Amino acid sequence: MNLGIHLDTTVNQTIIEEIKEPDIIHAIEAKDLNVFYGDFLAVREVDLVIQAQKITALIGPSGCGKSTVLRSFNRMNDLIPTARTTGEVLFHGKNIYKEGVDPVEVRKRIGMVFQKPNPFPKSIYENIAWGVHINGFKGSKSDMDNLIEQTLRSAALWDEVKDKLHDSGLSLSGGQQQRLCIARTIAIRPDIILMDEPCSALDPISTLKIEELMRDLSEEYTIIIVTHNMQQAARVSEFTAFFSLTENRAGVLMEYGLTIQLFTNPKNKITEDYITGRFG
Amino acid sequence: MYEAKNAQFPATSTDEADYMDLRSQPRIHESIIKGFLIFSGVISILTTVGIVVFLGQEALRFFTDPQVSLVEFFTGTVWQPQIYKFGILPLLSATVMSSLIAMGLAIPIGLSVAIYLSEYASQRIRSIIKPSLEILAGIPTVVLGFFALTFMTPLLRSILGNDVVQIYNVFSAGVVMGILILPLISSMTEDALHAVPNTLREGAYGLGATKLEVSTQVVLPAAISGIAAAIILGISRAIGEAMIVAIAAGAGPNFTINPFEAAETMTGHIVRISGGDISYDSLDYNSLFAIALMLFLFTLTLNILSQRIIRRFREVYE
Ligand SMILES: Nc1ncnc2c1ncn2[C@@H]1O[C@H](COP(=O)(O)OP(=O)(O)OP(=O)(O)O)[C@@H](O)[C@H]1O
Ligand SMILES: [Mg+2]
Repeated sequence: MNLGIHLDTTVNQTIIEEIKEPDIIHAIEAKDLNVFYGDFLAVREVDLVIQAQKITALIGPSGCGKSTVLRSFNRMNDLIPTARTTGEVLFHGKNIYKEGVDPVEVRKRIGMVFQKPNPFPKSIYENIAWGVHINGFKGSKSDMDNLIEQTLRSAALWDEVKDKLHDSGLSLSGGQQQRLCIARTIAIRPDIILMDEPCSALDPISTLKIEELMRDLSEEYTIIIVTHNMQQAARVSEFTAFFSLTENRAGVLMEYGLTIQLFTNPKNKITEDYITGRFG
Repeated sequence: MYEAKNAQFPATSTDEADYMDLRSQPRIHESIIKGFLIFSGVISILTTVGIVVFLGQEALRFFTDPQVSLVEFFTGTVWQPQIYKFGILPLLSATVMSSLIAMGLAIPIGLSVAIYLSEYASQRIRSIIKPSLEILAGIPTVVLGFFALTFMTPLLRSILGNDVVQIYNVFSAGVVMGILILPLISSMTEDALHAVPNTLREGAYGLGATKLEVSTQVVLPAAISGIAAAIILGISRAIGEAMIVAIAAGAGPNFTINPFEAAETMTGHIVRISGGDISYDSLDYNSLFAIALMLFLFTLTLNILSQRIIRRFREVYE
């Protein structure tokens, strides 16, 4: 994606933030979103407005459709043959499910980090360079070197890998691999980063490192994270969306608001039960 | 002892010494099964060793004959046992040429088919193409040989001219051999592509990659060791294939690099000579084992090579 344009919008958004209330900027918005797997309605009538340059956590019991909602934000569900989506997802005011929208173009702007670290079986350097190349990078070798150093620094990984950039990405530890996956995502400078339980396969120290990284990144990026870990949601996110299941096992959005409010003063009994551990 | 113990199960014996008898017990059926498994393993090893020893012995008789020179065997360009000319190069060149032609066809098409089947094809199309490939793999090589002779060669001759393409020629045989190997390469490659975890594909799509970029730049390299193994197995098969070349490539050693000429491969030569009237224990007869030994060493080297390649890529990629 075009670096120049991206920087411009960031500057614009910062200016707007200074002038108006920050929560006016919508990064992405689901409107009456329904997702089916075959005939099974997995997610029903979700309306969700995600704030820009904030971390939003999606929480809820297993199977309530958190991953499904997250994946519908960059049309990742298109890769599942049985999945079908109705409703709208508005990104910069444009419905990404409208006919004629290329999911590839959507994903260039809305990146994703997965539950299990999945670096490519390429070198650390290539893991980052590949995504940059396929997104139309035209610079020289030294431009690329700089970009990779800068990216790895932003991902808090540079010091650990600077002497072995040409080793396989798979030679890293799980936590380092996940930071590499975050690095390769931010290298293409998306607007939004989706993270589906990015720490669930990691040890506590790696988890804290990634949380710290997320807070740093949220100054520049909009981050949406699915997590099963209440403490994690409370620690990193500014907004939290709680999903729950209806009787026919469809996921619905139960409650959404500032994390601090949702955790200390939930409006909904089911939310309260869930966050206090009496449910799910 | 065993039965006596069993009879009083659970161990209720008040006799402490009997209860605490912890010596190892004979387990007859386990020993029998284990013995059978070891026996089966030994048989397969013995068979291999037996073949190699037999091959080596007969070949040794050839090589120790005063009329045979080792240097001539490897560098001579004439193979004419009647006049004691045993230069393997004409047979070798035909083998290499037909295999190259076969692989030149089977590798690109096989890889394309595999990528298409694994990454692009819908379930319905896959269910049409896969059985067709399996049928192709099941066609007897005799039939393929005649297909080369009676279809491929006339086709070539009508395109390139009768004066360019001989009736028996290495090219037709090579092309049809490629058709024979195609299912092997495509199905092994498809397995290798299939084994690449989906999380890797999702990671690539998540960066805004197109399907082509994901397939060729992420999935294909990740499956490289399986693909290398498929290719090497294909080469082995091409070198060892006898029937197609015996029928369509030509009946007489010919040292040439023109694939449109008739020439005889190592396997083709063995088929023809051993099928004719040949006196056992003659130099002629023994020479076949020398050729067979060369073929064996060829494929052995290829197999070792493929193991090496696989291991090296494992180190890099896993
Ligand atoms: N590929 C699929 N095919 C069919 N059904 C699916 C598929 N993926 C998810 N589902 C179903 O959709 C529902 C929501 O799944 P989803 O993965 O979004 O839940 P989740 O909230 O992320 O759960 P978890 O916390 O366990 O990850 C579940 O009932 C699940 O079984
Ligand atoms: Mg999930």
